[in-house]
Amino acid sequence: MSAREEILGRIRRAVRDAPEVEIPRDYRTSVPVDDPVGLFAERVDDYRAVVHVLPAAEVPAKVAELVRGRRMIVPDGLPDEWTGGAAGGAELSGADGVVTGCAVAIAETGTIVLDAGPGQGTRAQTLVPDYHLCVVRADQVVASVPEAVARLDPVRPLTWISGPSATSDIELNRVEGVHGPRTLEVIVSI
Amino acid sequence: MSGTFLGMPGNFPKNAEKAVQNSQLRFNLRKATHTIRGKRASVVAELPDWKELRAAAKAVKDETLRHLDRYLVQLEEAVTRAGGHVHWARDAAEANRIVTGLVQATGESEVVKVKSMATQEIGLNEALAEHGITAYETDLAELIVQLGDDFPSHILVPAIHRNRAEIREIFLEKMPETPDGLSDEPAALAEAARLHLRERFLRSKVAISGANFMIAETGTLVVLESEGNGRMCLTLPETLISVVGIEKLLPSWRDLEIFLQLLPRSSTGERMNPYTSMWTGATEGQEFHLVLLDNGRTDVLADEVGRQALRCIRCSACLNVCPVYERTGGHAYGSVYPGPIGAILTPQLRGMGSELDASLPYASSLCGACFDVCPVAIDIPEVLVDLRAKAPHGAAERAGMRVAGWVLGDEARLAKAQRLASRVRGLVPRRLPGPLSAWTDTRDLPEIPEESFRDWWERHERP
Repeated sequence: MSAREEILGRIRRAVRDAPEVEIPRDYRTSVPVDDPVGLFAERVDDYRAVVHVLPAAEVPAKVAELVRGRRMIVPDGLPDEWTGGAAGGAELSGADGVVTGCAVAIAETGTIVLDAGPGQGTRAQTLVPDYHLCVVRADQVVASVPEAVARLDPVRPLTWISGPSATSDIELNRVEGVHGPRTLEVIVSI
Repeated sequence: MSGTFLGMPGNFPKNAEKAVQNSQLRFNLRKATHTIRGKRASVVAELPDWKELRAAAKAVKDETLRHLDRYLVQLEEAVTRAGGHVHWARDAAEANRIVTGLVQATGESEVVKVKSMATQEIGLNEALAEHGITAYETDLAELIVQLGDDFPSHILVPAIHRNRAEIREIFLEKMPETPDGLSDEPAALAEAARLHLRERFLRSKVAISGANFMIAETGTLVVLESEGNGRMCLTLPETLISVVGIEKLLPSWRDLEIFLQLLPRSSTGERMNPYTSMWTGATEGQEFHLVLLDNGRTDVLADEVGRQALRCIRCSACLNVCPVYERTGGHAYGSVYPGPIGAILTPQLRGMGSELDASLPYASSLCGACFDVCPVAIDIPEVLVDLRAKAPHGAAERAGMRVAGWVLGDEARLAKAQRLASRVRGLVPRRLPGPLSAWTDTRDLPEIPEESFRDWWERHERP
């Protein structure tokens, strides 16, 4: 008998008399938040990431200021006004940073989610460079985790990012900056 | 190379006795577990619907286990449709054989690893080493354990038993490129690990991971982590092999809305862990293999009381609140699964044939703190008590219990026995002789009264 058949057979014998289960979903699936952008900014800041909340018209200048002097990766499909004039095309191994958009952002947890869509690059492009600048549109910010899950497509490769790379492995002290980007900077465009 | 726990000698009381004499260990553990307890409590308190999330998580897991056969087949179809390859492994040896074969097929002799409990459980690194394949752990704590030729002692932070000075010593000795001037600041130590692993990430062709969740409906795998070593391993190599226990399944994509709230808050005490990666099948040109591991899980599933242990999402909250774990540390449990969850999982996965495994159900005071914090509501004390009944008991204990049962089963016999005990009470020693001393060494014998309550009641209250 194949391992597959044997394991499936063992499972069927094991649960033969187990009761059926009803799943109560009484938890919050949407959370009323007065100012999702404000809460998102506060929670991102808690992770010691840098956050700017700016009117959309001021975003291009801010991006330009932040990427100046850095060799940046500019992913395909990033709106021109978010490139800060960076030429892009930097090789993965030689890049200092990357600038992206995102798919969705979560206020309660201070999380941004990338789904490899336009302007978000490949997973490696947002991982290898030491600096990640992410521009979030206000309409991409949802209040809670269930609202984000509902907006995402699981078939796409997803990366959920909550602050810069960190570890708590030494005496359970949080230290920012291990293998992923050591600096995460987020601009919320309102 | 860190060793394997399989076939470890001793028993929990003996191991614990040794461990509690190590004052450095006790200091490290106390500091770490108390830090994390406080963090967890504050982020859990932020969610007004924690109770409802917990109830939903428990039910989702129970429902998954009830129809695990159907969901596994559904997962297999979804992963295959998305270009991945699915393998089934009855036990550790079969899983190790499959993974070894897959690595050999790539022609590589080095692999990078994301921290994974399942591959620790099956001793994968040792099995690969026998075939000339070197596995490099990339999680900071796993790296500390591997370089220190040590055993993990905690599910989430395997090097919790080491303090910063000890870690510095290990790095200086085992990472040749580390400058002598390395300080013992956690930030400096993390930086040293970053430099040590950077090149390896960029050149490795094969990675091995576990997974926190698998979604049956979509074939999606989910890995939660903090450092970015997970993203490095999951993203950069050409071949990715994930070894995952069959119980790690969730039926639908939507179910993640529950578990992505419960796990980070229970585990590291954060609203969200820094990085979570989700991928479905072969992604961005990668070759993807999923190895589904039984290794005793279907035996656990067959036990009506014990099967709830398969709900576990490996958050380690139960370790951090356990008064026994806090004093003995993880090594005393002789398993990759230490603490309260280990005390019910290990004897069920491995059976209670060894002295060590049979002693684990007793590695608890049954205080219930573990049950209170468990995000999937595993009633650990209930399973412990059930396992104690099933554990092998010595001839003397069985004889003693038979006598006790005979005496307690009859009112007249009990009264006679109590009167006899009262008469000889001056002669009963504080410490019992011979094999009975095992009982009195760790317990005070109760004071025997001059007169039993029953007799006193008879004299005073009966008309």
